[in-house]
Amino acid sequence: MTAHEHPRKPTRPWFLGTVAVLIYGFLNAPIAVLVGMSFNDSAILSLPFKGVTLGWYQTTFQDTAIQASLLNSLKVAASATFLATLFGLLAAFAVYRYRFWGKSSFRIALNLPILLPGIVTGVAMLAYFSQLGLGLSLGTVILGHVVFGIPVAFGPILTRLSQFPRSLEEAAYDLGARPAQVFRGVIFPYIRSAVVAGALLAFTLSFDEVVVTLFLTGRENTLPMEIWGRLRTNITPEIAAVATLLLGISTVLVLMSQWIADTDEAGHV
Amino acid sequence: MTTSSLSAPRRRPATPLGLYATLLPPLAWMTLIYFIPIALLAIYSFWRLESFEIVQEFSLKNFQTIASSAAYRKVLLRTVAIALGVTAVDAAIALPLAYFITRHGGRYRQLLTLLVILPLWSSYLVRVFAWKIILGYNGVINSALVSLGVLAEPSQAFLYNSFSVGLTFVHVWLPFMILPVITAFERLPHNLLEASADLNAPPWTTFRRITLPLVTPGVLAGSINVFALTMGDFITPSLVGGPSDIMLGNIIASQFGVSYNWPLGAAFALVVMAIVFSGLAIVLRRGALENL
Repeated sequence: MTAHEHPRKPTRPWFLGTVAVLIYGFLNAPIAVLVGMSFNDSAILSLPFKGVTLGWYQTTFQDTAIQASLLNSLKVAASATFLATLFGLLAAFAVYRYRFWGKSSFRIALNLPILLPGIVTGVAMLAYFSQLGLGLSLGTVILGHVVFGIPVAFGPILTRLSQFPRSLEEAAYDLGARPAQVFRGVIFPYIRSAVVAGALLAFTLSFDEVVVTLFLTGRENTLPMEIWGRLRTNITPEIAAVATLLLGISTVLVLMSQWIADTDEAGHV
Repeated sequence: MTTSSLSAPRRRPATPLGLYATLLPPLAWMTLIYFIPIALLAIYSFWRLESFEIVQEFSLKNFQTIASSAAYRKVLLRTVAIALGVTAVDAAIALPLAYFITRHGGRYRQLLTLLVILPLWSSYLVRVFAWKIILGYNGVINSALVSLGVLAEPSQAFLYNSFSVGLTFVHVWLPFMILPVITAFERLPHNLLEASADLNAPPWTTFRRITLPLVTPGVLAGSINVFALTMGDFITPSLVGGPSDIMLGNIIASQFGVSYNWPLGAAFALVVMAIVFSGLAIVLRRGALENL
């Protein structure tokens, strides 16, 4: 037993630390490359680096196709997030509060859209909508995005709900509150941060979704569809600039929501 | 499940109205927009295409086509092999990182977790494409190796092969493995680790006998994520793979696209579903539902 030769040595975080640094490098190196390439003064999205320019950002701000697709993506993600969070909240509440036949099957079934590959969802809905004679549009894209948004919102909300102290609710009922009042005044404030987290995740996934969208979109493009079209034909550093802008904006948004959640929790404890 | 813990809801009238009001809307949505389409897809897979017309009769022709074609079988095996390999590599990367973040992260724990998610906030397509910039003929690696004098001229060995496909998958899905593993490490009761150390177990034994079994549900939850994401993807092989690297996702996409054989595409989608379900069954039996 070689293990006995060095019993209870203090942990060596320098080794783990090196491994962690390497992993972070691997995770973020492609992002760093993209950010760097967005400033490349070259007509193609590739090395060599020919000098620094802000021209690709200028191009992006004047690119009406990118702007139109961005607007479409925001519309789709906002609608899908609203519906998915609403349904996710309802489903989480049903699972938390009531006992009903097939409850654990229901939980697994709700999670299927994120457990099964997106392509299955995409082609199934494509076949269904064509069978119904429903034309493809941003509307069908929203229908699809809600489906995988529901489990994404459902998960964190249910986790938070199951930590909710029942005594608070009982106290509210004892004081004569009606069920709607109890939900609004007692339960919802407790789960608010989880609702926000779930909604944010659903929004992020919808905003960046490619596979389901590819099968369900009509003539109007979402931003990932616009990028997909360009990746295969005329790829310029403009796409890197778009990705860098997305990264910057979402970082700010997520840090803000994190900050709101933190102050939220601090204020309630 | 004691009766006392259920006494609170009994305080109110025992009407199932609340149950219907909360359960039915999401259930109706999922049934109409998801379960019925999946059922229809299953039905499609038993129909067949004859002279560009879909014949709505039961037949096993599509599955026979898949089983009898050596080329299709090869794609099937390669897809499963890549998905398993990517899952294993991601798990091997996620375990030490999640351990590091939860044990040594200290007050930087949230920031370190945020840095894991950061790549997800740029576009998925562009992240895949970034590997093309890194691995390509004029790419980052080639430029570095040539300027260091390791290579005399750029090599084409890095891109458009199964290595670049695997590497890109490992990268794009890694956050989906790390996050559930971090959650599992956070739930790890510290007193068990201390008890193990007090009983003079070497760190490796503690890791193997205590830590690993307790974080396994998290690893399994991450594994089913990564496995399913890889099984159905066609973006990565079509961007960074070579002509011989196509996967099941590419076949499904092409049957629902240019090849226009929806029944055959549906049959392939059903094969993918069956494989993912078998993985899911294994994972659920090990109690990973709470970690999904």
